[in-house]
Amino acid sequence: MPAPVVAIVGTGQAGFQAAASLRQEGFAGRIVMIGDEPVPPYQRPPLSKSYLARESSLDELWLRPETFYAQHQIEVLAGETVTALDRTERRLRLASDSELSWDHLVLATGARFRPLAVPGAELDGVVPLRTLADADVLRERLDQAREVVVIGAGFIGLEFASVAIARGATVHIVEVTQQPMGRVVSATISRFFTEAHRRWGAEVLLGTGVTRILGTGGRVTGVETSGGRHLPADLVLICIGVVPNAELAREAGLAVDNGIVVDERLATTDPAILAIGDCANFPTPFAIGRVRLESVQNAVDQGRSVAAYIVGKPAPYDKVPWFWSDQSDVKLQIAGITAGHDNAVLRGDPESGHFSVFCFRTGRLIGVESVNQTADHVVARRLLAGNPKLAPEQAADVSYDLRALARGLSAREA
Amino acid sequence: MPKITYVHSTGTRTELDVPVGTSVMRGAILNGVDGIVAECGGEMMCATCHVYVQEDQLGRTPTQSDDEKAMLEFTASERRPNSRLSCQLVVTPELDGLVVYLPETQV
Repeated sequence: MPAPVVAIVGTGQAGFQAAASLRQEGFAGRIVMIGDEPVPPYQRPPLSKSYLARESSLDELWLRPETFYAQHQIEVLAGETVTALDRTERRLRLASDSELSWDHLVLATGARFRPLAVPGAELDGVVPLRTLADADVLRERLDQAREVVVIGAGFIGLEFASVAIARGATVHIVEVTQQPMGRVVSATISRFFTEAHRRWGAEVLLGTGVTRILGTGGRVTGVETSGGRHLPADLVLICIGVVPNAELAREAGLAVDNGIVVDERLATTDPAILAIGDCANFPTPFAIGRVRLESVQNAVDQGRSVAAYIVGKPAPYDKVPWFWSDQSDVKLQIAGITAGHDNAVLRGDPESGHFSVFCFRTGRLIGVESVNQTADHVVARRLLAGNPKLAPEQAADVSYDLRALARGLSAREA
Repeated sequence: MPKITYVHSTGTRTELDVPVGTSVMRGAILNGVDGIVAECGGEMMCATCHVYVQEDQLGRTPTQSDDEKAMLEFTASERRPNSRLSCQLVVTPELDGLVVYLPETQV
């Protein structure tokens, strides 16, 4: 019998982790990773942080040196695109016209930036930030840019804004909702960061849309807002979210609904096909119903989970989600999923610049957002892994010993 | 260039030249030293670059931040007084000859 083949579509953090973990689990078959970017697997978080700020180099982005893949017999087809899946024959077709048969298929196709449908979006100087190639363009552009408009105040937009200000540009942030990062953080955190960006010198326009992007001779010169403002710009970042790459799955007849639909083992409606990372829509005990998460933690833990599944050790995926964002000298760390909370209490004083927001739903702790307060974040990850009896009043009381509570939980589990 | 020695839990030793300004974690990753995972890439969000610093060399290492101390609660292997996150050990000429012991597991 020929050695089994695992094909991994996508060479991001999730795909990389699935491949690396398969070898750690002792998988002896063939592993082929296929990705449309022409480079080996790299880390995305620094693209809007240290790499963009020129504080770290390309060398530091690679997840592993190229020798790692040869050493572990992981084939990486970089700059190659999968054009179709044939589920009956368990075979995929590549843009280079060759084919690959698989025994297990892992879809780690990620997500792509969501384009902004306004006139002028095609002008030179209007750019997204998703890939290494995007970051390289922005690094160069920021050397000259004087006036920057950031459209969309999510994590990436705000991280980019803090780097652009630090590199000497004038920055306007335009956000269509009233709450920056509002999809993922509480109102308190959103307000804290809005004020921080204003203090750092950016103008933050909330509840403001963009009607068109203006240009001369094909080059961007400004942004016209729904409020009738004309913001001058020589660089415009579009960061209004992403679209999961689910087309391959849909065309192959797999269920797709805000990403590729998987069960608690991360298997699609075809048990030989798994989906992980930014493209996967999965059930989780940490939210009501299903979620699709865009994070390193999710990519890494799901990569490990499908490797275990493939080697015959399937288990429900139940890892505590965590996230972080660096904006200037402020580090935001989130444990759990706080969207949908009905009660949020402060632990610590936002004025001090070190505090956390503990979020509850129907009396139960569902997530904690910490600002420059790693100790709370660490304890929150421990608490959320158990089922803590924590009242909002206790969370708000800085003299209440959360670590002791967390230790008690671990002792009971052990 | 400072020399850093990584001792695997099996006893195997890997000696590397790590440039000044590069972390002990990055030195291992760039040279394909197994046993350091570095899931978060050096952002101090995980504890998968955990090492034990050779005890008589602890005094030469940079002081631990509160964040590092907090994150060390997540180590998969036992936390000891000489536990460090190797992403926080940025190589300086003073660290030449540093020996770090890799734990049995990082996850």
